[in-house]
Amino acid sequence: MDLAPILSDIEALCGAPLSARGAGSDTVLTVPPAKARAAVEFLKAKHGFNVLVDLTCVDYQGFGKGTQNVSPAPEGRRFKLVYRLMALDAGTGLIKARLALDSWVDGESVPATIKDLFPAADWLEREVWDMFGVRFADRPDVKRILMYPEFTGHPLRKDYPIKKRQPLIGPADASARERLSPADLRPRIVE
Amino acid sequence: MSQDRRESRSYMLNMGPAHPAMHGVVRLVLKLEGERVLQSEAEIGYLHRAFEKHAENDPWNNVIPWTDRLNYVSPLINNAGYCMAVEKLAKIAVPERAQYLRVASSEISRITDHLTCVGANAMELGSFTAFLYLIQAREELYRCIDALCGARVTTSYTRVGGVKGDMPADWPAMVRAAFEKVRSAVKDADGLLTKNRIFVDRTRGVGILSKETALAYGITGPMLRSTGVPYDVRRAEPYLVYDRLDFEVPVGMAGDNFDRYLVRLAEIDQSMRIVEQCFAQLPAGPIQAPDDAMPGSKMADLGKHGKTAELLDTAAAVDPVLEGGARCGRDSVMADAPASTLPPKEETYGSIEGLMRHFEIIMWGRGITPPAGEAYVAVEGGNGELGFHVVSDGKDRAWRVRVRPPCFFNMAGLHKMLEGGAVADVVATFGSINMIAGELDR
Repeated sequence: MDLAPILSDIEALCGAPLSARGAGSDTVLTVPPAKARAAVEFLKAKHGFNVLVDLTCVDYQGFGKGTQNVSPAPEGRRFKLVYRLMALDAGTGLIKARLALDSWVDGESVPATIKDLFPAADWLEREVWDMFGVRFADRPDVKRILMYPEFTGHPLRKDYPIKKRQPLIGPADASARERLSPADLRPRIVE
Repeated sequence: MSQDRRESRSYMLNMGPAHPAMHGVVRLVLKLEGERVLQSEAEIGYLHRAFEKHAENDPWNNVIPWTDRLNYVSPLINNAGYCMAVEKLAKIAVPERAQYLRVASSEISRITDHLTCVGANAMELGSFTAFLYLIQAREELYRCIDALCGARVTTSYTRVGGVKGDMPADWPAMVRAAFEKVRSAVKDADGLLTKNRIFVDRTRGVGILSKETALAYGITGPMLRSTGVPYDVRRAEPYLVYDRLDFEVPVGMAGDNFDRYLVRLAEIDQSMRIVEQCFAQLPAGPIQAPDDAMPGSKMADLGKHGKTAELLDTAAAVDPVLEGGARCGRDSVMADAPASTLPPKEETYGSIEGLMRHFEIIMWGRGITPPAGEAYVAVEGGNGELGFHVVSDGKDRAWRVRVRPPCFFNMAGLHKMLEGGAVADVVATFGSINMIAGELDR
């Protein structure tokens, strides 16, 4: 699939010229965070990008320090969300196109969720929250996924020290367990 | 039962993490009504070992052993995937022979993966015999992997730029002999299971995954193929030398447990075909080391005393730990990229340039330094599209290594297969998705 018309369509959608890099299946397009969801929705609806391959995040705090590289992070934006999409022909199993969308956000912003567009994003957004502390909008009660609820901080942030230890946690709600009678420990009927 | 009790019939059931069928590492919270599963939720993370955090804090090459521990039933595929991502970033071309060896070893890993999954699934449904047959066959393959890289499971076979060393001269014969046993074990298991009333009743029409759900949840690999979508990274975006190999992509129709079982059995066959073709097409191998090769330790001693005059032209006989490092076993399987690969041992011991190049790669804080940028590489893992997204800022370690674990997506969609089914089928369905916690939780 020729990506050029798709890219110009997304530019029209975002109302501003966008920077693209890479070629073929490595094409990456940077979209403004406010338009990321709209772009994903548009790609899914209009261009047959039917698989969300991945949704992840990169923390760019201190990127390129001590080297000649200039940090690619726009001023004040610390995290880059990467939406990786694929247009898969379900009949032949061949890939029509792959496209990745970059979206720069800061630690405070709440990008829109794409959970309703791709159910796969549910767990992926939980992982991004868990590991990077980037929270998605419309998911106020988002749960951690790999770490446990008592864990504090977001371990894949660059300012989370790799050797940091957190206190061990006991059984959840131990005092409540002591109050239970044997009858309470039988499989319980809820509702 | 009194009237009011009958009205409130649903209850919660915890399955795992300490449950034999949950493999000890995942918890399912089920909402049941009688034996029907109304709702299910998976809780993961019990095997989280911070792979991605570690990968950011150690040199590029030091990450390879950790990739073994992602999907630990098919470690060679992870090794290859990670190295391919770094090579894409650093623009290193890998010699053809190394590419064939990567393909052959990956396919053997795929067979061990499928044997484990089918065997464990059968065992959980009561067929312990089939499990033993298949695991015995897997052991034969592990022996081949051991002969290739010195370990059964923790393989660490690839290096950035190639593979650790060439295969042993008698390896193809060894693998072919193992395949005979695999074929016979698969035939036995096929005879025990495929037309077995108990097995078929427990798997056919159970845990159905629709094509649409699979795509929406990003499910790939045998699970997606069992629904009838012939997506296989090896076919859709051939990497390494897959475009030169002839193989089929088996698909199912119903997307149920039985189809997943059949797809995996068929893939075992195809993988064996691929390995056999690799052996037939393998470009010329290394030149045999001469009988008068000098032990590496002696070379190192001579080098230390400055007696390096003839060392460069002498073949080194290295310690088994460094096997593959001497010129005869290395040059055809390692890229000639001085900034990224170790020199042959003859040069390390025999010349100051070689010694410097060795330390430039080995020393802490030096190492290989791919240019700043990022790369995504997808390979077909045992469970589907295994992606490595690496970001570099031009230093000796990764800025970010993201693994796209196929299991994660399979597990995210698991509830779609469980809901509406019986609680006893949770075990059968869960077994058929081949969840590998090492990859799921990283």
